[in-house]
Amino acid sequence: MSVRIADVAVVGGGIVGAACADAFSADGLSVELIEAGIVGGGASAAGMGHLTVMDDSEAQFALTSFSLRLWKRLETALPAEVEYSRCGTLWVAADDEEMAEVERKRQFYTLRGVTAETLDARQVAEAEPNLRPGLAGGLLVPGDRVIYAPCAAAWLVKRAIAGGARVRTGVRAVSTDASMGAGMVTLSDGGRVSAKHIVDATGAASPDLVRPRKGHLAITDRYAGFVRHQVVELGYLKSAHGHDIESVAFNVQPRATGQVLIGSSRQYGIGDSRVDAHLLARMLRRAVEYMPRIATLSVVRAWTGFRAATPDSLPLIGPSPRNGQVLLATGHEGLGITTSLGTARLLADWVAGRKPPIPIEPYLPTRFPAEVHRG
Amino acid sequence: MKDSLAFEIVVVGAGPAGLAAACTASERARSVAIVDDNPAPGGQIWRGEARTPWIERARSSPVQLLTETQVVASPGEPALLAARGDRPVEIRYEKLILATGARERFLPFPGWTRPNVLGAGGLQALVKGGMPIAGKRVIVAGSGPLLLAVAAYLRRQGAKIAMVAEQASRGAVLKFARTVARSPSKLMQTLGLMRDLAGVPYRTGCWPVEAAQGEVKFRRGGRTWSEPCDYLACGFGLVPNTELAALLGCTSQDGFVAVDSRQQTTQPGVYCAGEPTGIGGAGLAIVEGRIAGYSATGRPDEARRLFAERDRGNRFRIKLQEAFRLRPELAALARPETIVCRCEDVSFGRIAEHRGWQAIKMQTRCGMGPCQARICGPAVDFLLGIPADSVRPPIFPVPAGLLAEDL
Repeated sequence: MSVRIADVAVVGGGIVGAACADAFSADGLSVELIEAGIVGGGASAAGMGHLTVMDDSEAQFALTSFSLRLWKRLETALPAEVEYSRCGTLWVAADDEEMAEVERKRQFYTLRGVTAETLDARQVAEAEPNLRPGLAGGLLVPGDRVIYAPCAAAWLVKRAIAGGARVRTGVRAVSTDASMGAGMVTLSDGGRVSAKHIVDATGAASPDLVRPRKGHLAITDRYAGFVRHQVVELGYLKSAHGHDIESVAFNVQPRATGQVLIGSSRQYGIGDSRVDAHLLARMLRRAVEYMPRIATLSVVRAWTGFRAATPDSLPLIGPSPRNGQVLLATGHEGLGITTSLGTARLLADWVAGRKPPIPIEPYLPTRFPAEVHRG
Repeated sequence: MKDSLAFEIVVVGAGPAGLAAACTASERARSVAIVDDNPAPGGQIWRGEARTPWIERARSSPVQLLTETQVVASPGEPALLAARGDRPVEIRYEKLILATGARERFLPFPGWTRPNVLGAGGLQALVKGGMPIAGKRVIVAGSGPLLLAVAAYLRRQGAKIAMVAEQASRGAVLKFARTVARSPSKLMQTLGLMRDLAGVPYRTGCWPVEAAQGEVKFRRGGRTWSEPCDYLACGFGLVPNTELAALLGCTSQDGFVAVDSRQQTTQPGVYCAGEPTGIGGAGLAIVEGRIAGYSATGRPDEARRLFAERDRGNRFRIKLQEAFRLRPELAALARPETIVCRCEDVSFGRIAEHRGWQAIKMQTRCGMGPCQARICGPAVDFLLGIPADSVRPPIFPVPAGLLAEDL
């Protein structure tokens, strides 16, 4: 088999790899995108497609808010099948303690220029009539968005191809080697790609520092207007998804089709991709606690996916400590759809030697000691 | 808390294979249950017939009939999760026999989604359920012996059968008829149908190409013409119901559940009988059901005595398959704008842009609706040679509240 030569070989055609191929291609670099399955068919397809500004840390805020700005620049260009929705996020507070969190969150966002509005009990009930009565209130973040990620990934790849990128699907990268300033990717069909830079965007399959976090989702038949915003419990941060090995949280989303997407669950240390009936039941019970009428909605499908989790919940963006030719673009955990565009921008700037719009340092893989990487 | 039941043998499906399996198993097993989503046993073929021998035998046996109970998932242990109305019920088993039957195959052609176009078996079920058909002009089209059975039934109910259009060639049908003539029971059945259908044109090598309001365009021997009719009842053979087997991890081969000589699937303790292992009709389904019943209750010798009868049934199955193989012209009827996935309104043109089932699903939503690809999946397989090879729980839509209850 011949060796193909490119400036950048992107391994992994999820939304992050697709965004990277698009960004490098836009910079005029020759790009080879290698995807073992289909574009956008892994964690990108398994998730909710929630584009959200998050405040767990300054670094997380910087990357999510920057990325959301990049998405908003695309909103008129995205085709209808991407189902770009301006539904916003409604963070729901069950009690006074969570209302204190609403206030903290509101201040955090407001100070940083993100619109956020505190809703009292009555306003929350008006915003989402299917929420149970008696909730304390909530925080509305109207700027958040929702997309259908598989089609977004496919669109980014189409744009990359239009810019000259070459895409190979159904082919695995079996090894990557680097020496003397060039990397070599060997493919499962015997082909090879020689590239100055290799981008590892394989998500939970990435060997460095990430561990798979399993999640469940369920989707209903069509009930247009049942839910209006992405509605998430604030316990998501506080208790529900703490450090337990297994947890669930109330998180529902209106799809453009009128379907209701119901989440969420987290499990570590599970390799089996099958739906866990007990955890699915727990997840649905949590949803029914917040929105009792969900119990009457017809569920047409449930599925699972694996996200790439890192020890500090920040992604790995930049040169691999083990191999400088390999640029990591992984570890995005639950925020890969949002942060895909920001990740691609940071890596493209790094390769081009441009000053990035936000500092890349918090996401550099070298923030972890080398021995952790080998583990 | 959900209800929980436990049986030594659980049979899913109360058609011929399931009834035979359960009755056979009940001779030996401590407890046997049949689970079926219909209100009465009999399956699609014996629907509404209270007095078939196997139904009577099951009713007079210790077999517990759990009707109106739809299996939707497998919680992981040797147990099924089923829906009875809006209530969940957990059904535990030591051995499981899948006799989930088959459904009609629909093929997309221009106009096939119009309200006057129905499945052949679907129209029969509607009429059995009280839909008035007397005096209506009906054309039955598609392929296979079931067309004749449906046409005869509808005629008995007062419908005017304008034509039965069989896509298979005259030569293929005649060759198959000679096979039937060697089997006395099948011959009697056929003669009975022919008597019911006296005077009804049976056109071989003939198929619908486009349906419109009040008329359907047919093709035969290079000629295309319109036939007026109130309903077009279509059935292009049967598709096995393999979703539950797939959910349980049973391997399939060429779209059918793979079984060994004892009817055991690749999952130990899980057996399969009837149409899911190959479309061979009620006779073969009953033999397979009995073999599965013997095997699941540890009686290999009794099972073995039925192998020759099963072999005969399988020879019939192969002849059936050869005679009524769908002609390739049928795959060329859909136009780019013809809807293939009715749940999600996805056209053939959009589907044909993609190369694999996962990409078709992800990029077009084909197969993502409430029917969960039961209709469009086989159609996509026939049109593009892409099998719809993914199954997700629940295998039938159920209220979230039902899935939310803990064991």
